[in-house]
Amino acid sequence: MHELSVTESVLGIACKHAEKAKAARVTDIYLVIGQLSSIIDESVKFYWDIISKETLCENAKLHFERVPAELVCLDCEHQYHLENELIPCPKCSSARIRVLSGDEFHLESIEIQR
Amino acid sequence: MTEKRITIVEKILDANDRLAKENRQRLDNANIYAINLMASPGAGKTSFILATIKALLEEKVQIGVIEGDTAPVTIDADKINAAGMPAVQINTGGECHLDAVMIENALDQLPLDSLDLVVVENVGNLICPAAFNLGTHCNILIASVPEGDDKPYKYPNIYRGLDVLIINKTDLLPYLDFDMDYFRQGVEMLNPGLETFALSCKTGEGLDGWLAWLKSKLQ
Repeated sequence: MHELSVTESVLGIACKHAEKAKAARVTDIYLVIGQLSSIIDESVKFYWDIISKETLCENAKLHFERVPAELVCLDCEHQYHLENELIPCPKCSSARIRVLSGDEFHLESIEIQR
Repeated sequence: MTEKRITIVEKILDANDRLAKENRQRLDNANIYAINLMASPGAGKTSFILATIKALLEEKVQIGVIEGDTAPVTIDADKINAAGMPAVQINTGGECHLDAVMIENALDQLPLDSLDLVVVENVGNLICPAAFNLGTHCNILIASVPEGDDKPYKYPNIYRGLDVLIINKTDLLPYLDFDMDYFRQGVEMLNPGLETFALSCKTGEGLDGWLAWLKSKLQ
């Protein structure tokens, strides 16, 4: 898994914006992660504690908002949720589907003190 | 002490994406077509590259190869060099994927002015490489039939970002319970109309279609 690279990117973005805002420290970081982005929260937190030491983000709390993966059938327009395994449309069995959400992968906001 | 919430909304891998764009610009300036080759370990990435090099050498196409490996072994790079093409080995130090920074460094070590095609052999993995843009023009996955017909259903992300799919080791189909229709249905759900070539690097069967497609991109 690539959680270390991801965690480093989160730290870089948070520190950049905290410095810009002349923050004394960052207390909270809000991440939005779609179900299709294969990231393990616990693993990110593990790396976070190590790499955020002695930065503006030391001891900042990570919050994960998980966005479920939603699919839509292009033939009957039925919308359904992706469980564990990809399946054709449960209503009409069509394999013509499109992903509506679940790809989200961004840093939404930070809370700072100054 | 005052507290404040700052809205950012920045893609987590934005820095990588920006660097990938720079890599693309550099490749375009040198008039090079670049492909990012992904697969599970053992799917036949290196054999596929060697078969491609062998065919393109006859056409005088100059190919550079960037080899991603998690450990400092040069087996793959040695094979490419033996085939007469420059290869750069990237040891990712255990990282499970290549990223745009590693490609930038590797491009520094290739004779870009004299190349027509750069092939990046990503780390053998179906999850992580899908998340990192490299700046290449084309994402290719090699799925080999011994891996099973359920892979699109289990690793949807890598299939969604593909431009070309290679189904390798088709010579083994008579010996396996690989349901090609089921496999292709999964691919179709994730990436409708995906350009697909079924072939065997061992027997050479089906390679012509892939090579014709690649040559059309090099013109």
